[in-house]
Amino acid sequence: MARGTAVSRMEPLRVVGRPLPRHDAWDKARARTLYAADWQMPGMLHGAVLRSPYPAARIARLDTTRAAALPGVAAVLTAQDVPNNTLWTDVPGQTSAVGRLRARLQVLAEDRVRFQGEPVALVAAETPEVAAQALELIEVAYAEQPGVFGPEEALQAGAPRVHEEGNLLARWQVQRGDVDAALGRAHVVVDQTYRCQFVDHAYLEPEAGVAWVDADGVVTIRVSTQVIEHFRDVAEVLGLPHSKVRVIAPYIGGGFGGKEDVTVEVFLGLLAWRTRRPVRMVWSRQESLLARPKRHPFILRYRTGAAQDGTLLAQKVEVLADSGAYAYLSALVLLYATVTAAGPYRTPHVAIDARVAYTNNPPTSAMRGFGAMQMVLGYESQMAQVARRLGLDPVELCLRNALRKGDRLPIGQELDTHVAVAEAAQRAWTALGPRRAPARPSHRIGRGLACNIQPYGRIVWLHDWASAWVGFETDGGVVIRTGVPDVGGGQASSLCQIAAEVLGVDPARISIHIADSALTPLAGTTTATRQLYMSGNAVLHAATQLRRQILEVAAQMLETPADRVDLRESSAVTTAGRRVSLAQVMQECARLGVPRDYLGTYHAPAGDPVDLERGGGRVFPDYTFGAHAIEVEVDTETGAVTILRHVACHDVGRAINPQSVEGQIQGGAVMGLGYGLMEEVVVDRGVNLSTSFAAYLIPTSLDVPDVESVIIQSGEGKGPFGARGIGEPPIGPPAAAIANAIEDAVGVRITELPITPERVARALGLVTDGDRG
Amino acid sequence: MTELRIVFTLNGERREIQAPAHRTLLHVLRDDLGAVEVKEGCGEGVCGTCTVLLDGEPVSSCLVLAGRAAGRDIMTLRGLGDGDAPHPLQEAFVTHGAAQCGFCTPGMILTAYAFLQENPQASRSEIRRAIAGNLCRCTGYTKIVDAIAAAGREAPPRG
Repeated sequence: MARGTAVSRMEPLRVVGRPLPRHDAWDKARARTLYAADWQMPGMLHGAVLRSPYPAARIARLDTTRAAALPGVAAVLTAQDVPNNTLWTDVPGQTSAVGRLRARLQVLAEDRVRFQGEPVALVAAETPEVAAQALELIEVAYAEQPGVFGPEEALQAGAPRVHEEGNLLARWQVQRGDVDAALGRAHVVVDQTYRCQFVDHAYLEPEAGVAWVDADGVVTIRVSTQVIEHFRDVAEVLGLPHSKVRVIAPYIGGGFGGKEDVTVEVFLGLLAWRTRRPVRMVWSRQESLLARPKRHPFILRYRTGAAQDGTLLAQKVEVLADSGAYAYLSALVLLYATVTAAGPYRTPHVAIDARVAYTNNPPTSAMRGFGAMQMVLGYESQMAQVARRLGLDPVELCLRNALRKGDRLPIGQELDTHVAVAEAAQRAWTALGPRRAPARPSHRIGRGLACNIQPYGRIVWLHDWASAWVGFETDGGVVIRTGVPDVGGGQASSLCQIAAEVLGVDPARISIHIADSALTPLAGTTTATRQLYMSGNAVLHAATQLRRQILEVAAQMLETPADRVDLRESSAVTTAGRRVSLAQVMQECARLGVPRDYLGTYHAPAGDPVDLERGGGRVFPDYTFGAHAIEVEVDTETGAVTILRHVACHDVGRAINPQSVEGQIQGGAVMGLGYGLMEEVVVDRGVNLSTSFAAYLIPTSLDVPDVESVIIQSGEGKGPFGARGIGEPPIGPPAAAIANAIEDAVGVRITELPITPERVARALGLVTDGDRG
Repeated sequence: MTELRIVFTLNGERREIQAPAHRTLLHVLRDDLGAVEVKEGCGEGVCGTCTVLLDGEPVSSCLVLAGRAAGRDIMTLRGLGDGDAPHPLQEAFVTHGAAQCGFCTPGMILTAYAFLQENPQASRSEIRRAIAGNLCRCTGYTKIVDAIAAAGREAPPRG
């Protein structure tokens, strides 16, 4: 067992740090990867979900008789057929009076529906066509009810209640110093409100899976998920022992947090258990866009006070978030927002009040950046305005206030690793190079900077851990087994690189088996920018212990002290150059009965829940810092904004695979550009108007430039070899950097996302409300 | 429901199927012929994930009725290169890290392949224009453009 410190610093590194192609890329480039929807089983049925057309309604009558009688229908299920239809949750460490949260998981609607698209009934049939026909034969009489469609409205007295106990879902507050007094004596105070929107993960692979009841009654579900440990949720819903449900995650066609909550697996489990036949369920894009949880829209009010020289004195932040109809992970999303609300800056006086409310909008939950990313629009728009008001260069203002190692966040946590904010800001800004000339006289060029702080690893009081088994085969090859779902970020291949480094084998000699809750040691979720940190440390620990075991045997074979034997090129090699192959060493291990494997578990630094209002303390293991610099061209006749250059700089501690790191930075930055410029799930009084890719626009290759990534390697992260997590951080800065660049170009401040040409044109006075329609 | 008998060539092999007139090429390929290398991303012709080559031209197979493929030549990614000798474009996608989750990759490579046939020496902005109908949510496109540009440079001049 390793706790907290499994950081190895073997130098020089031979495999870690090289931009190696991933093993899974070969299958993907040859279209051999079998994703969740590609799986078929003999005698397979097809599952489908009936969803509510109304955002708020009572179910007056639900009759499945005609559907069940349709030839080819094997099962029709409603809430009363589900053994445990509601799973509850509570959030340890919550500061407000809000207690146990409503419905971590509501399987099927009971007497009422709370959002458009809420699942009401399930069908399994011989063909997808029959399943679709059966859905149409289910008779539901809805009685529409008054709903609430925004968090402000939801918290007003007398608002219709989404759940019986009221619409305030969670509240977190932080107080440090005397923020009002400090704002009173500030030389400049910027007071601004920002609004950000619902967005969708829009992974290219819609939700899908296949379930079957395997030997000994084990419900087995092969599903596109970031969390194989949802086997427990499925078991609880079905009323089965946890050990009777098995979840397997194949390579996943993108997740970004959207496959963190359950998707199809509970429905599949119910249908397969009921019919005792294999069942496949594949959601259409339209269904995915309609009904899957989105990113939380936030309303942010920031009051930021600074002294004349730019030193930040105070930040007063109010957050109001829309949870939609169910809790999902809203309380934790809001905690991330609270912890990072003051940004990566020293601020002596801080007050944060963050609330999240239920509405009859689509539910919101995890998405890359998880509450911390929405805050960047607030604190970085504020910094740019403070700089303008004081006539300071944005980089200079950043340097004056940037957090450093040893500083404390407003929540009281000390930063005990390198903090690269200042360096990242300087490097990103410099890399923009000379300012470009506008393409036309009516165009203006502008530049914006935005820095960010994003946690990696889970909240310390969740006591996170990850396990990995590493073993040698007798031919000298290596096998890794670990329950890591691979969402496409190179999760599995980075683990191979770590093991290859420690064990002296070519990564091509390593086979890795991942993400099977029955057969691979559990490694937790591929969320929260935690897999490289957690499972990377677990593999490092296991491989290091395994190396020790076999080095003794190799040393005996080579008649050399173990401290003078190295493992490299699939051999044990003495300092004098004598060598024996690892295959021979393994055969000797077998003869001697020396184990050739090791099960390693890494426990993250743990802590008790902290009371944020009374001093706080450590909430996350560590943070990743970065800065993006963006150059835009604004068309002053149309409001169109073109991104000319985008430099994204992050301290990744150590790049285990620089190609994967660059891929994360470039992909995250472009997802952030989409969020900043074009993406929005438009919801009109609870009705989702963005249920197709023709309506929900994500960036194409023509909407974005080549993102230049600048990688800082401080060597001070808490992951293997000093790595920090980089999955989520790059999505944070782009929206604020664009807004800041637009103000630099044309002098108007955009405070609402996405920054469409229409919004810019309105800010420029090119259109007024009178022009609408 | 009218059933059609449709004959076409799939990756060089003659295939004959019986399908309802409204069935799309995508569903015939995936569900009737087991060609699951063709992925479905949106079902409405926006994302390019289900791209196949129809007589050498990239099409969204979710928008093509199977009957339209009669007598024609269909190529999926399995028809490009083989296990022992991947096509240079496939190799470039691997070495440049152009496939992350890999779900857009089959359609993306086929679009790039058809484009490079005509424009092996294309500029980055020409490549960006060529793949604008193929969405990728993971990479931010830079490494995809890198891979296509590299494969184009390595292609033998057309004689």
